[in-house]
Amino acid sequence: MKVRAQIGKVLNLDKCIGCHTCSVTCKNVWTSREGMEYAWFNNVETKPGIGYPKDWENQKRWNGGWDVKGGRLKPRMGGKWRLLSKIFANPDLPEIDDYYEPFTFDYSHLQEAKESKAFPTARPRSLITGKRMEKINWGPNWEEILGGEFSKRSKDYNFEGVQKEIYGQFENTFMMYLPRLCEHCLNPTCVAACPSGSIYKREEDGIVLIDQEKCRGWRMCVSGCPYKKIYYNWKSGKSEKCIFCYPRIEAGQPTVCSETCVGRIRYLGVMLYDADRIEEAASAENVEDLYQAQLDIFLDPNDPAVIEQARKDGVPENWLESARRSPIWKMAMEWKIAFPLHPEYRTLPMVWYVPPLSPISSAANAGQISVNNNMPDVRSLRIPLKYLANLLTAGDEEPIALCLERMLAMRGYMRSKTVEGVIDESIATAVGLTGSQIENMYHVMAIANYEDRFVIPTGHREDAEDMFEERGDCGFSFGNGCSSGETKTNIFGGPTRKKLQTPTSHITGEMF
Amino acid sequence: MSVTPNASPAGHEALGSIPIELWINTFLFGILPYIALAVMVVGSIIRYDREPYTWRTGSSQLLRRRQLMWGSVLFHGGVLFLLMGHFVGLLTPHSIYQHVISAENKQLVAIIAGSLAGAVCLTGLILLMHRRFFDARIRQTSTINDNAVLIILFVQLMLGLATVPFSLAHGDAEVMLRLSAWAQGIFTFQPGIANYVAGLDWPYQVHLVLGMLIFLIFPFTRLVHMLSVPIRYVWRPGYQIVRSRKLGAGHG
Repeated sequence: MKVRAQIGKVLNLDKCIGCHTCSVTCKNVWTSREGMEYAWFNNVETKPGIGYPKDWENQKRWNGGWDVKGGRLKPRMGGKWRLLSKIFANPDLPEIDDYYEPFTFDYSHLQEAKESKAFPTARPRSLITGKRMEKINWGPNWEEILGGEFSKRSKDYNFEGVQKEIYGQFENTFMMYLPRLCEHCLNPTCVAACPSGSIYKREEDGIVLIDQEKCRGWRMCVSGCPYKKIYYNWKSGKSEKCIFCYPRIEAGQPTVCSETCVGRIRYLGVMLYDADRIEEAASAENVEDLYQAQLDIFLDPNDPAVIEQARKDGVPENWLESARRSPIWKMAMEWKIAFPLHPEYRTLPMVWYVPPLSPISSAANAGQISVNNNMPDVRSLRIPLKYLANLLTAGDEEPIALCLERMLAMRGYMRSKTVEGVIDESIATAVGLTGSQIENMYHVMAIANYEDRFVIPTGHREDAEDMFEERGDCGFSFGNGCSSGETKTNIFGGPTRKKLQTPTSHITGEMF
Repeated sequence: MSVTPNASPAGHEALGSIPIELWINTFLFGILPYIALAVMVVGSIIRYDREPYTWRTGSSQLLRRRQLMWGSVLFHGGVLFLLMGHFVGLLTPHSIYQHVISAENKQLVAIIAGSLAGAVCLTGLILLMHRRFFDARIRQTSTINDNAVLIILFVQLMLGLATVPFSLAHGDAEVMLRLSAWAQGIFTFQPGIANYVAGLDWPYQVHLVLGMLIFLIFPFTRLVHMLSVPIRYVWRPGYQIVRSRKLGAGHG
């Protein structure tokens, strides 16, 4: 046993309102730069839909994630030689149109237009070529709230094994939001596929990062990641990805997307796991077993043997403390209501999801509703169980059904308690929980106080560097930022250096 | 070989009395190689050290896949073969390979293999150039540097191919031997190496000069990515990389 700690995350889709605040705040902080306009470290998709980039879940097309052949785990793109053979031209790389061609609008035209019969409009302009775009055909969120035809959206990979035709009918339609970011996997394919060895997982908190100085732009990681959460910066020629806001995490603060989440659906906490069993878990023969296999390598933070080993492996005391209060542990392990996204990719993702409840379907409404403890059967909910199972448990419906029953039970129990004044323990026991567990669940999931959502221990920078020697250092910069030299252009082909320009300098020029 | 040391017996003659052709020849083929190699080595080291963020392949596949798939594979395949051919062909001493193959046959092999690889490389290069200069996305996002590299490589390739008829015209391998004597002389610090290539037909000479210029500009272009060929990947233990920030016990 080798104990490692990771900051895990859970998103409670039952409460996601699809406001995109997470995406926009993330964009503003991290990717509002040339070369990365098209990249969204965090994006929110409306499901069912083919998503961003197009059809990302279809690994037959993109070859992301892992495959098990003869009991051996190998990237779907192929082993090391096979992968290197694709280095001159990578057949598994999406083109920018699979994301979307980034654009802006000619806003200034609204102010500068001469008097005319027609109202002036701000027309779109490509952020790559700078040319007029007559028609925008695709965007980062093209399928927002079921935008577009069902025939196109229903190419959604999660419809596998579902009679999808009926969900195109208005009465049977359903939707849910799926906010997505890097999964900071335990068994990341991006790391495995990087020929330069520039991508790595941090031992102390599990955050997966790309060393920008070591990245050479071979772009295998983009294909390797089955979630398509690595983006090639066409300006810098380096790949970039969600950094899990590690400067904030190290300071004990939640990521920007979590901090700004309006629906308070995001949870962050420590998970302990057995690093020696990653390969074993990821190699489970049947994809349906992968969810359980990943649960099996999580370690109980209250187990004295685990604590002892964790101390030996150098997990700091405040991390062990946080692990015992981790909301992720509660949701994933104790209540079993959070699930990994597409465990069949065998990456052992660490951003988990609570599936959403949905209104009961019209068929059930019409009188054939099956009722269980005054609650509808989860199979009569609008979002097909199979669809959620394809998304979260590689098709195994049982865990999803139990989860939805527990979430309904939470509602039933609390309704009974607050409206009728009756504590109905039987509702809890029917779903394998106790009354106090349900109250705890309610507290964490419905009330969702800040300190219950985010249990983040501060990092131990003192382990990594002698801060005294770091004094007066220049901090983060692109490239060799501290001695940028005097030339305006960079002789090595880097981006042109920007000199700080303040608006006052322009004004001064006019005033004199 | 018609090689004689170029220094005048007296050694005290003024520069003005040295024929200009000889002076240029000495500079281009006796001095420029060292300048070019020194700039390449030192420049690459400095760039690797000081500007690692700029060290990249500069791939534009994301922006346009069309023409890159074939273009890039053909170009790289061809150019790698040509590079290896030049390396082995020029730098293997005659005394070593003469047991295996005669100089005349070696020249024939070089002409045939070089022409084939050159044709493959040329096809790829034309595809890549067409894509870079005529595709709006690629043209807009290309730097002068990106464009220049393609054009220079194209010219160099054409010059290389232009030497083929000249080589075929003289059946003996004298030119090849002189070229490899020159190339080996650079690395063995032989004096007067410029004389080996003096008086060769123009395509050979221009090809050599442009080749040295490519070495010269190497550290300032995307060409540096060839120094990062990720061969290490093949024997990297396992697939996963975990970095620990923990310093050894020492402070705190």
